[in-house]
Amino acid sequence: MKADATLDCVGLYCPMPIVKAAQKIKEMKPGEVLEVLADDKGIKLDMPAWCQTTGNECLAIEENGGEIKVYVRKTQK
Amino acid sequence: MAEAEKEKLTIVVFSGELDKALAAFIIATTGASMGMDVTMFFTFWGLNILKKNETRMGGKGFKQKMFSLLNKGGTKRLKLSHFHMFGLGTWMMKLVMKDSHYPSIDEFITMAKEMGVKLIPCSTTCGMFGLTEGSFRSGVEGIAGAAYFLGEARKAKLTLFI
Repeated sequence: MKADATLDCVGLYCPMPIVKAAQKIKEMKPGEVLEVLADDKGIKLDMPAWCQTTGNECLAIEENGGEIKVYVRKTQK
Repeated sequence: MAEAEKEKLTIVVFSGELDKALAAFIIATTGASMGMDVTMFFTFWGLNILKKNETRMGGKGFKQKMFSLLNKGGTKRLKLSHFHMFGLGTWMMKLVMKDSHYPSIDEFITMAKEMGVKLIPCSTTCGMFGLTEGSFRSGVEGIAGAAYFLGEARKAKLTLFI
């Protein structure tokens, strides 16, 4: 999946991937897609919950070995 | 999310242990990341988290002075609620956190402030223990009472007591 920005959160535990993703999304424009790389398994449930609460769209979660890629589209105003 | 429709989260921080303080700040910073308006109300031992590390002895009169000497507070002095083991367990916990590049409690407090989390010390316990605004680290907002907390909590969907 094509992303406009990538955030490397490998090695970071909850809540840091979410906190950093929230900061990054703030700087991005509506419609843009953020790719988050992480290895904390919590993100698989955390990111959809964060998106639902903040009004952003969780496009996909891909897991390859220990690495997890999450794609979020900024749709919040 | 627009300012007017922001959800509210209030947390009573009663405990002054490192692990419980971390739990409180993890939830507070995550809440702020989720667009919530977060207020943390610190009372009893929770005040130790906000006290300056440098404070030696405060308060008026013998009893308050003795109390502040025995209950110095400050993030450096926080212990684990379990496995403190005369400091060994807490020291190990801090090392494990460092190895995992996990933020320290000081970093969590700074992060929370940057995200707009309000840190409010309880006026009654401040009065009893002889603490003033000057006893706390910077970034702590006005000392308030139970009515202020309830005023915030009644508007909140979520209130936690830690």
